Amino acid sequence: MSAALDIRDWYRQEFAGSAPGLAGAGLPWLAAQRRAAIEQFASRGFPTRKDEDWKYTDVAPLAVRYFRPASAVPVDAAALAAFRFDAWQLVFVDGRFAPALSQLDGLPDGVRLTSLAARLREAPDALEGWLGRHVGAARHGFAALNLAFAEDGAVIEIRRGVELEKPIQLLSVSSDPAPRRANAAAGSSPGATEPGSIQHLRHLILVEESAHAAVIESFVALTPGASFSTGVTEIDLAAGSELTHYRLVQNGEDASQIDTTHVQQGRDSRYVAHAVTLGGRLLRHELDCALAAEGAECRFNGLTLARGQAQVDTHTRFDHLAPHTTSREWVRGVLDDEARGVFSGRVVVHPNAQRSDAEQSNRNLLLSPRAEADSRPQLEIYADDVKCAHGAATGSLDPDQLFYLRSRGLEAAHARQLLVYGFAADALARLPFEALRRRVAGALGARLLPGASLEELIR
Amino acid sequence: MLSIKNLKVEVEGKAILNGIDLEVKAGEVHAIMGPNGSGKSTLAQVLAGREQFTVVDGTVSYDGQDLLALAPEERARRGLFLGFQYPVEIPGVSNVYLLKAAVNAARTARGEPELDAFDFLTLVRARLEIMDIPETFLYRAVNEDFSGGEKKRNEVLQLLLLEPRLAILDETDSGLDIDALKLVANGVNSLRAPDRAFILVTHYQRLLDYITPDRVHVLAGGRIVKSGDRALALELERRGYDWVKEEAA
Repeated sequence: MSAALDIRDWYRQEFAGSAPGLAGAGLPWLAAQRRAAIEQFASRGFPTRKDEDWKYTDVAPLAVRYFRPASAVPVDAAALAAFRFDAWQLVFVDGRFAPALSQLDGLPDGVRLTSLAARLREAPDALEGWLGRHVGAARHGFAALNLAFAEDGAVIEIRRGVELEKPIQLLSVSSDPAPRRANAAAGSSPGATEPGSIQHLRHLILVEESAHAAVIESFVALTPGASFSTGVTEIDLAAGSELTHYRLVQNGEDASQIDTTHVQQGRDSRYVAHAVTLGGRLLRHELDCALAAEGAECRFNGLTLARGQAQVDTHTRFDHLAPHTTSREWVRGVLDDEARGVFSGRVVVHPNAQRSDAEQSNRNLLLSPRAEADSRPQLEIYADDVKCAHGAATGSLDPDQLFYLRSRGLEAAHARQLLVYGFAADALARLPFEALRRRVAGALGARLLPGASLEELIR
Repeated sequence: MLSIKNLKVEVEGKAILNGIDLEVKAGEVHAIMGPNGSGKSTLAQVLAGREQFTVVDGTVSYDGQDLLALAPEERARRGLFLGFQYPVEIPGVSNVYLLKAAVNAARTARGEPELDAFDFLTLVRARLEIMDIPETFLYRAVNEDFSGGEKKRNEVLQLLLLEPRLAILDETDSGLDIDALKLVANGVNSLRAPDRAFILVTHYQRLLDYITPDRVHVLAGGRIVKSGDRALALELERRGYDWVKEEAA
């Protein structure tokens, strides 16, 4: 271990090697941002459990292992068919835009959909001031790494008044857990294991006045190896605009994924997010909504199924910064085996945000005595005329429901699986996008009720 | 078919049933009446296998087998059905999934092949009509946001689909308007057969205007204190329960 490189030096060294080849490397403003970000990381490293926001999230496994970008392995388009939706698609393989796998035909006027790298090439200064505006390197080590290293992502710009009739899908694929070997001599890691693969995606979504769009972010792994990804999505919603944002995580068993989404909301804008998490090892999703002008509204519906030794964390922070702002949050978790789920929901009603309205509900189902759920609702209210409600409950299956099903002839094990399905499927009723609802119901059914047809499962 | 001898049951250390004796033969309809808190629902649930009740004494034999030794699902598969007083809501689980799973569990137990989706729908549609339940109910979550009457009709729909050998209906008539009551009675009467028996647990005589029982029993203080024919039900309707309790004391 003594010969092992400190993790901060590892990434600094990686940065020195890769910086000249990163997207937008020739742009002074971006190069300066990236340099500052890696310095930020070098000084602070990864968060530890001593940091209040990371008390329940142990990221030590990521801090003692080396990761480097995956080698570019060609992905067969057929392998992705099951993960696509009827949508305009930007596909990213191991953190890089894959044009041949993407589908951008028939985009209407008033919508620009490009990869981050391409946008930086085509209009070198268009993104200055946008990248890192809301999720900067100072946030934490993962955001710092992302800003330092992100090579690609999507840049979505929806012009004023445009209403998209189809969603835009950002499909992130982990293809190959084996790392790039270019620099193998430096790659001997603390545990003598090969470095895992790392990728960073950075999306920017700008929705102008009164425009409406839906974006699906989905994450899949084609191989089960050790991978580590960071993701940052910065969203700006102008007055009267609306974004529906779906997130579907079906990552690999040894995948760690730390994502941060920030939504900056203008007057009367509406942000509706639905997140379904079905697979991964260490997953953390942070969602910040800044309700910065009157009438802004955000809604978040989350469903997590975790088993094995997975840890799945959802951290939300909704800032009511202006009067008449609304937030709604509804989060459900099913935790089996030794899985652990953390829900931290912070709602801050600022002093001038009178007549704000916030509701939060978190329920967890524990299926094993070793599963654990930590629920941390945090309301901070600095205005006096507000409506805030929250509720949290964690429990096991309801014996009355179990008896009812068994009295109808269902085996006890079948009855239990069906109740777990029901708990999770209750969340599906909130998903307004039918194709996604069917996809998730199918995935839940395959896991919990093999043999059942979709028509029986879905309402 | 069913033979209950000296059945004593406790819940959390409190005696609820204090020695029930009851014989039900194939083809018979028995009504169990009694005031609130007399143990009627406990008896119904113990017969269906509810685990939170502790049987401290007595035996229950069903078709010559020790009923109390069987798991709830095993009882169901052998043709015992409980219509719940308070049907349980199960969010996220469609009614059609439960109905089909229940029918196929019963069929498998009888050595019959499982029904596919098409044959099942044919079977269920005919029974939906009898119960005047719209087909959209199939795709709603089990009992969720059903009115009281809809829940009870859904129980009888399950009864019609499962065609049990012994059906115990726990206050299926409570809270029903007269039209719904007739539907429920109609459903039950359509199933009456020489090889099938019913136990109707009820608080009111009204149901027995539509389903004629062979025997009527009065349960009070965890015991059957009086048995008779239909005339007993009418007398209870007229005089209430106090005289029976006094007579028994």
